[in-house]
Amino acid sequence: MEILVASAVGTLTAAGIYLILRMRTFPVIVGLALLSYAVNVFIFASGRLAVGLPPVLSKTAQGYTDPLTQALVLTAIVISFGMTAVIVMVALGAFLEAGTDRMDSDDEAGQ
Amino acid sequence: MSLALIAALPFLGALLPGLMIRSGRTACAVVTGSVTALALLMLGLHAPAVLRGEIVQTRIDWMPGLGLNANFFLDGLGLLFAGLILGIGLLIILYARFYLSRQDSMGQFYSYLMLFQGAMVGIVLSDNILLLLVFWELTSLSSFLLIGYWKHLPAGRQGARMALTVTGMGGLSMIAGMLILGQIAGSYDLTVILQARDAIQASEWYLPALVLILLGCFTKSAQFPFHFWLPHAMAAPTPVSAYLHSATMVKAGLFLMARMWPALAGTPEWFYLVATTGLVTMVVAAKIALFKDDLKALLAFSTVSHLGLITMLLGFGTKSAAIAAIFHIINHATFKAALFMTAGIVDHEAHTRDLKRLGGLRKLMPIPFTIGTVAALSMAGIPPLNGFLSKEMMLEEAAHTVWSGQAWLMPVFATLGALFSVAYSLRFVAHTFLGPVRDDYPHRPHDPGFGMWAAPAFLAALVVAIGLAPMPMAAWLVDAAAGATIGEAVHAHIYHWHGLTPALWMSVAAIGGGLVLLGLHAPLMRAWLATPRPEAKRLFDGLVEPLAAFARRLSSGLHDGALSRYFAIATFAILAAGLYAFFSGGHSAGMRAPTPVEVVPAAGWLLLIVSTVTLVLFHHNRVVALVVLGVVGLVVSMGFAYLSAPDLALTQILVEVATVMLLLLALNFLPKRTPMESSASRRFRDGILSAGAGLGVGCLIYMMMTRDFAFSTIADYHLANAKTGGGGTNVVNVILVDFRGYDTFGEITVLGIAALVIFAVTETILRPGPANSRLLSWAQEHRHAGDRHPLMLVVATRLMLPVAIVVGVYIFLRGHNMPGGGFIAGLVVAIAALMQYMASGFGWTAARKRVEYHALIAMGVLIAGAAGVGAWFAGRPFLTSDYGYVHLPPLEEFELATAMIFDTGVFLAVLGAVLLALASISRIAVRAGEEGSSTPYDIDLPRDGFGDR
Repeated sequence: MEILVASAVGTLTAAGIYLILRMRTFPVIVGLALLSYAVNVFIFASGRLAVGLPPVLSKTAQGYTDPLTQALVLTAIVISFGMTAVIVMVALGAFLEAGTDRMDSDDEAGQ
Repeated sequence: MSLALIAALPFLGALLPGLMIRSGRTACAVVTGSVTALALLMLGLHAPAVLRGEIVQTRIDWMPGLGLNANFFLDGLGLLFAGLILGIGLLIILYARFYLSRQDSMGQFYSYLMLFQGAMVGIVLSDNILLLLVFWELTSLSSFLLIGYWKHLPAGRQGARMALTVTGMGGLSMIAGMLILGQIAGSYDLTVILQARDAIQASEWYLPALVLILLGCFTKSAQFPFHFWLPHAMAAPTPVSAYLHSATMVKAGLFLMARMWPALAGTPEWFYLVATTGLVTMVVAAKIALFKDDLKALLAFSTVSHLGLITMLLGFGTKSAAIAAIFHIINHATFKAALFMTAGIVDHEAHTRDLKRLGGLRKLMPIPFTIGTVAALSMAGIPPLNGFLSKEMMLEEAAHTVWSGQAWLMPVFATLGALFSVAYSLRFVAHTFLGPVRDDYPHRPHDPGFGMWAAPAFLAALVVAIGLAPMPMAAWLVDAAAGATIGEAVHAHIYHWHGLTPALWMSVAAIGGGLVLLGLHAPLMRAWLATPRPEAKRLFDGLVEPLAAFARRLSSGLHDGALSRYFAIATFAILAAGLYAFFSGGHSAGMRAPTPVEVVPAAGWLLLIVSTVTLVLFHHNRVVALVVLGVVGLVVSMGFAYLSAPDLALTQILVEVATVMLLLLALNFLPKRTPMESSASRRFRDGILSAGAGLGVGCLIYMMMTRDFAFSTIADYHLANAKTGGGGTNVVNVILVDFRGYDTFGEITVLGIAALVIFAVTETILRPGPANSRLLSWAQEHRHAGDRHPLMLVVATRLMLPVAIVVGVYIFLRGHNMPGGGFIAGLVVAIAALMQYMASGFGWTAARKRVEYHALIAMGVLIAGAAGVGAWFAGRPFLTSDYGYVHLPPLEEFELATAMIFDTGVFLAVLGAVLLALASISRIAVRAGEEGSSTPYDIDLPRDGFGDR
């Protein structure tokens, strides 16, 4: 299972960064969303993987997985929604204001 | 506590003018003045004890580990300076009320002034040199704001910049000096340092510390060769010049020298550095002052000269010189502030302060003439005014001070300085007020209103009163302050007639010579103008300009506006650092037993990889990209569910829905395709970079997962205490609302702020401007759907709303013990509400909205905060939770926890934030011509009757 999670995190990271390096705002936003999946799963997985051991106390439970990383990631998911919403609005405002959704202020730069 | 409160009051007062200015200028001034008056009153309550020789202290531990504590103490010296700062501050507030014109934003002025006042009071009351440094820097910053108050004047901006550069550099060197001093003394508390004289003066670090600290003092007090910033700071409004540049800020350097006197003074190094600098400053600045035609420039250089005089006295290092220095500080503050205010009145009434264009104002403005003459004669040292008394004491000290074996040097130069001082003081009176009345003033001057001359008249009255009766008026204060300066009891004897002493002859020579100089002023001025002089501003600009140009080139070279290039560089740097860290350290093989792979999760994995790759390949089609992004998010949430994280799975799936809705709405106004514009080599470079980063992150997490924890985790603590301490069995939820409640409190606040930012951005877009006009002329690119609000969808969402709310409440209630909680419940209810928007349109739904989303966010944060504060009433720290079991007859026994109140706050904040974000985008759609729907559902008939539009 570890190899699957690790390769998924790696793929999400690579795809996220590749899209962030694009030159229009929309792919950058999508890239950031992918990268935040990758980071969330990364932090979650740093508590190590467990199957069928949810951190809900009960008499019949065999054991529990690490609840702390889950709590951290839970708030991270909600916050990254907030951040995504902000940059979407900023990108929308920039497009409506300038008439273009290019990332770079200089047309020649970065080519 | 009271001393800390005195220092804090002006800072609190700085908030008021901005609010009060709406009630009028007088109300604003009254409120600002009453804060200062209150601080002065509190200071006055401590005065009797301090004058008895006691020291009032307040100690607050702030960062004891660094030696930085908010310790304050009040002795005679602090009392004198705090009294000057607050007392003259009060007069300045009165004066500024009438000086500032209607165009000047008075609230801003008073706010800056109070900020400055607080910083100054902080300096003189600090008992911790690190705290003192903080206040010291604050005075530099607030004086920068005040000098540059008239932002539209280039001279104001340049003067402010120069003052900040010079005093800021001095402040930096002083930080170094103070740190050395603290190291030698073993404490950063002033009271300790002042006791450690022998250790400090014996240390080999004494001289570096002394030089560095003196640099700070000399730059602040405009001592030669750093005197050049003060005349340029005169671009400030006159109340600022009178306050900062005569009575208070420039005296901060003097204060510090006096404060450090017991620890640093008395050595030859001290004498030669301080006394010589003071002497040179006094003579040079006095000479320049004589040749300045601008009233304020004349006063500025005379201030520099008098500061030099006081510095010189402090440099002598004797008891009687310290008494003279303290007495002159009091006298200078009274007459110089009065003179500045007089100059301001002249400027205000005649619309010029150029001496060449003035003269003859005696008849036109008798009141300012009287005030100005009294103050100027005191500055000249004419008996019986207070300036005469302290100048006589200064000359007496200079008469028997030997400089490097030369007995004549000090007396001669001190007399010379006094001589120039007489000349420029008399010139101030003669060339402004005396002479014939002219008819070419830029504006016909007349006496100002009472409010404007009240403050300088009060000071002029003090000048006379101290001059006539120095013993009852000032001696007690001099005793207290000088005693605190030198650290032993002092009894000053101030009187006019000392007999035929050398000082008297020096005084006579100064007055006689001054009159001669004034008589010869016209030819001397021609000679002065004919001789070349170094121009400080040109030298300063010559030094600063190349540095600024270099900094500009460097930053514009690095920040060229190509964001994607920054990202690429950052990715490369992080990757390189990670690789370096990995290969420079060792690691052992992973021993942790792997979790077995099963078929369904493996299929999910395959789906995730395929969709991610698809997303990258087809990202040019934005709608496709969005749909595939949704798939990725779903797989991630299923992954969470499989890997024992039910709360995460619920949150992820709900956030996914909200995110996709948001992006879809935004995409309505964005291009639907991303053009292919990167070159192949650029795509290759990005591919390599991102593949490297992905490989790095993937390998890192794999290596982490295949090894056991290096340290025992704190997870066990949370698992063990969730039920007993937090009263819940869902450990994740207990962590969120209890163990790490403070984090969550921060998170919902951030979320609320994010939503407000979105609201603010929307407001900006909808303001008149290019974005708004683009929206107004938005062409409906696509044909309307046949029915935009389908009946089926409307009916289904109406049915679902109560169900969804019940589910939300259920998830909320069970959250403490089962997967769920405020975050998730908030998202569920938010999405149910969003469905109404989607089904029936913005207009219909918004009309049925009962609560503003802003209010929901605010209520959420406040309720969560209140739940935290509630713990205080039980004597527990912020956010400590409690729980108990309740039995209501028809129900089974159930648990109630205070954490539930907190979770309610989380719920409301999340609900409000999500709805506010999405409603904001809807407002943009309305502006773009989307008709507000008034009926719950409609059938969108073609507008021109039949057929396609």
